[in-house]
Formats: sequence, structure tokens, C-alpha cells
Amino acid sequence: MSFLELHELTKRYGDHTAVDRLTLSVQQSEFVSLLGPSGCGKTTTLQMIAGFVAPSAGAIALAGRDLLAVKPNRRGLGVVFQSYALFPHMTAAQNVAFGLEMQGVGRTERDKRVVDALALVGLSGFADRHPRRLSGGQQQRVALARALVIRPHILLLDEPLSNLDAKLREEMQIELRTIQRTVGTTTILVTHDQAEAMALSDRIVIMNHSRVEQIAAPQHAYERPATPFVARFLGKTNELAGSARAEGGETIVTIGPARWSHSRAKPGPIIAAVRPEKIAFAAPAADRFAGVVKTRIFQGNHWLYRVATSAGDIFVIRQNTGDDMPAEGEQVALVWRAEDMTVRGA
Amino acid sequence: MSGSSKKDRTRRLAPAAVPWLLSLPALALFAAVLVIPLVMTVLLSFHDWSQYGGIKPVFILKNWREIWSDPYYAEMFLRTFRIAVLVTLTTAFVGAPEAYILNRMRPPWRGLFVLVLLGPLLISVVARTLGWALLFGGRTGVVNEALLRLHVISAPIPFMFTETGIVIALAHVLMPFMVLAVWAALQRLDPQIENAAASLGAGHLTILRRVILPQIVPGMLSGGIIVFALAASAFATPAIIGGRRLKVAATLAYDEFLNTLNWPLGAAVAVLLLAVLVAIVVAANRLIERRYAEVLG
Repeated sequence: MSFLELHELTKRYGDHTAVDRLTLSVQQSEFVSLLGPSGCGKTTTLQMIAGFVAPSAGAIALAGRDLLAVKPNRRGLGVVFQSYALFPHMTAAQNVAFGLEMQGVGRTERDKRVVDALALVGLSGFADRHPRRLSGGQQQRVALARALVIRPHILLLDEPLSNLDAKLREEMQIELRTIQRTVGTTTILVTHDQAEAMALSDRIVIMNHSRVEQIAAPQHAYERPATPFVARFLGKTNELAGSARAEGGETIVTIGPARWSHSRAKPGPIIAAVRPEKIAFAAPAADRFAGVVKTRIFQGNHWLYRVATSAGDIFVIRQNTGDDMPAEGEQVALVWRAEDMTVRGA
Repeated sequence: MSGSSKKDRTRRLAPAAVPWLLSLPALALFAAVLVIPLVMTVLLSFHDWSQYGGIKPVFILKNWREIWSDPYYAEMFLRTFRIAVLVTLTTAFVGAPEAYILNRMRPPWRGLFVLVLLGPLLISVVARTLGWALLFGGRTGVVNEALLRLHVISAPIPFMFTETGIVIALAHVLMPFMVLAVWAALQRLDPQIENAAASLGAGHLTILRRVILPQIVPGMLSGGIIVFALAASAFATPAIIGGRRLKVAATLAYDEFLNTLNWPLGAAVAVLLLAVLVAIVVAANRLIERRYAEVLG
């Protein structure tokens, strides 16, 4: 029995289904992200867990108890909102203390826990500031401290970093992960940023059009996307048309002149997905997939290539190792291993 | 030819003069219809007046001394500000919940009820006040008659010529100013703020008291300033409901001007009302700004 269970959770608004039969089990102390484009139902799912939106069907259980029977203000969940939703008329310390007051925690313990919570998020010197006098990143930390100080069963984060600039967002990602590991609170993060989801999560729930596409660990979802949507949404990918046929006990995948033995392919026309960083350059040969370098862009630690081939433009990412790299207009062959290919029937 | 000469003339003007020149018509209008009459009224309050001699353009403090020493005027001003305070409190206690409910309404209903709310402003003061008189005026008022027949009350609730009547009628017409001010404050709230408080364990009443109310107090105060100023200087409603029997500062000034024909005394009453109102409004506004600038901006 896992800690949080969502079973066939559904939300309909009239004819529109916002969340369609979502089933998910979350272990204690796990960090799970709901990832998808806007309108995919990830925020609605979070709001159903928090109790702000009532599901049309399905069940939510927390540690074996029915959570839907509990009012939002009795669920004991910490929520960090995209807008932070801090109380502007209270100081940072008063904001953090609010939840403890509601729990009836005594004055001495309350003060101590507020100090600890603000120290945890690195805001010890800002206790008496009002939110308006804090920067976006600081407000974000107060919101996190306010949600964590009540020792919630689950921490729900609704796009908490999307209002921060890129550099600050990266810092907060690392900090968020560290804090979550320290405190050990089960966390559910809603985000549309695939890099953020991969950086923070133990597992990712990738959603599209109100449905779950895949639930997997970040690396697994990236390397073995369950659907074409997942392959496109997580990082860049190249899609190549080819064919597969059975040959002497194994399945051979053919793309242009190149051939691979691939155990997971089914005979017939196929589409193979290959990540740009899995493709290497090689000397042109008769049985190799060939192309001409159209553009190459230097990005510091790597090169981004666009290679024109018979199957269309292919993206290639190569680490900057200091070695000579093919120049624009040069004839190249593209090679990759069979296991770096995800093959599906066309 | 003419184009180039116009260009030359523009170039000769000092750049600093251009904004002044452009706002000259507005400034002239402002001076003609506000500043000059106001200065004349202030001067008028220092002139002498007698039953047969009329107004004498001299500079004396007779009118001001009369207002200061005669308790009749003190009573008048006290009543004016008592009514204004009661109207302000009534609109605050009724208007703030009204704005909160309005803010939570769905679009078709919200528009309808905003119209209902603005209703009193769209109806002539005479029709509106007569409406109140029809409900409560003496034994034959609809509400009074119904309550009498039901034996809820043994004598009609007095409304006409009472302070309560004036307060109710003024609160009715000034309600929109309070509701709109509070509504504006409510719309500045973070839409997730109630959810945030609920997730921290707060119930509905606690959310209203600890989270919503403190954030709409500035709106209530600024709405209160408008309502207070309008109630203290109101003329038509107190004139119709209070009549001759129950005068306030505005109706007193009117009577001095048009019935007694003692213009200088009327001017003194009007100037005093204006001065006290300006002082109260400026002081209140400064207090609010200092108290809330840092917190709510």
C-alpha cells in the first residue's frame, strides 16, 4: 500500500474532461512531478488533491484513508502556489506562523518552529519584512517555509518556480531538492518545464490532453518514451521512417542504406526515434546513413548540427571535446546504436 | 509663407511655457467656476448684514463670532457630523459584505446586482426620498401599516423628520461608493489567497477575519472618506426628510441664503463646513496612507 493513491481520478467541466481516469501511486518521501503542456490537467489534479476542486469521479486515499471525505482545511497538506499567495498584510514570520496558529501550536514552540523554517529556506534576517518588500525569490522561499512548517503529509507545488528568472530558477531547483531530501516530505510538483521535472523528480507523470502518457523515472522516460508525445516533449528527438523485417530469427531495421538488428521492432513500416546526442559522425560508406551538414551552431560545451539527409533534416548534438568537427557543407555519415533507437510501427 | 511664419512664432516661445499655454483654457475654467466663487464666498463671510440695511462690504468677525458663541450652530454641526459618521459606519457594515458577495457572483448575476446597487444614483433624489416616505411615512406608510396590522409595533416607526430617516436614506444612496471601493480592494486580492489560508488549516470565518478583512480595510477607509464627505455636505436628502425641523449644516446655509437672506452668515456656515471637511478628509487620508503604504502599497 503506497502513501498516496489516486484511483481513476476524473474531473469534467460540462462536456470538457479536464482529467481523465488518472491513476497514480506515490511512495512516502517520493518526489513526483506532473509534467505536461498547459491545459493538460496537471493543475486540476493538484487542486483535487488539495481539495480546492471536487473530482467528478475516482478516489484519493492518503495512508489508506479516504482523503475526499476530509475538508481542504483539515487535509494537512502544504501548498505552494504559482503566485505564492502570501498574506500581504503579515510579515514573513507571521505568514509562516499562520498555519501553526491554526493548528493551535503554543507560542514558544511556534516561535521556535518559525525561526527554524525561515532558517531552512535561508531567510533568517527577513522575518519582519512584509512580502511587498521581498524579492520574487524571497517570496518564493517564504511560501515554501509557510507550507513546510506545518509538517504537511504531502507538499504540493504548483509551478512554484515559473515566476523566477532562469538563473534564480536553477538555484531554487537545487535548493528545493536539497530541502525536500532533508525534510523527507512527500512532494508533488506541477510543472510545464521538462528540465525542471527531470532535475527534481524521482518519477515523472507526463500528461497530455487530460490523460497520462507515461509514469516513469526521468531517465527511463527520456531513454524509453512510451509514446511519441513523450519523446517529443522530453528533450529533442529525430524521427526517421524505415522498415523492419524478420531475417533468420532476428528483426532487421532498415533506414536508407543502413541496417540494425533490433529486438523490439515488429516487421513492417516503422518510425524510429533517435535523440540528437546519441548520433555520431563517421566517414561516409556505402552501408551508412549519409547527409550534408547544413548548419552548425557552437553552444560552448556542445555543437548543435543540422544535417540534411534523404529522410529530412536531422539534429545532432556532439560534445565539444576540442577535436576537429565536420564543417558546414561537408559530407558525413550518421551512425547510432540499435539500442538508442525507439521503434514504433508507422 | 504663412507656414514658415507660424513656425518662427512657435520657435520663439520658451519650451517651459508650452505646457502652461496648453492648459490655459482648463485653468481659466477652473479659476472662473471654482476659485473665484470660493474666494468671494470666503470674503462674503466677513461682511456685515442687517434686516433693513442688507449686505455691507466691510471686514468684521460678527458672523464667525455668532457661529462660535451661539450653541445653536454647534448643535447643527454636531448633528451634521453625527449623521455623516453613522452613514459611514452603516455603509461600511453593509457595503463590505455586499462587495464580497458581489465579487463571488457569476457574470450574469453580478451585472444585474451592480445595476441594482447603482440604482439609487440613477433615480432622482425626490423620487427616491418619496419612496422611503411611502414605506415609512407616518401611519399610512406601507411598511408601517403592515407592521401595525400584524401587531408587531403599536405605533408607526417614525422616519420623516428624524435623524434615523436621514441616515437610512443617505446610506442608501451613498452605498455604491463604499461597495465599489471595497470591490476594487477585493479584486486586488490574490485569487489563490483563500485556498492558501484553507490549506494552512483556516476555516471560512477565520479566513474572512484574518485574511480577507485586513486586506479590504484600506478600501473600506477610502470608501469611508468619500461617503463621509458626501454625507456631511449632502443637501437634498436632509432637506426633504429633515425639512425645517431637523436642519444640518448644508440646509442651514441654504436657509440663511434664501429665507433669512443673511448671505454673510450663510457664507460663514458654508465656509466652516468646507474647512472642517477638508481638514478631516486630508488628515484621514494621510493617516491611511502612512498606515498601509508599506504593507499593501
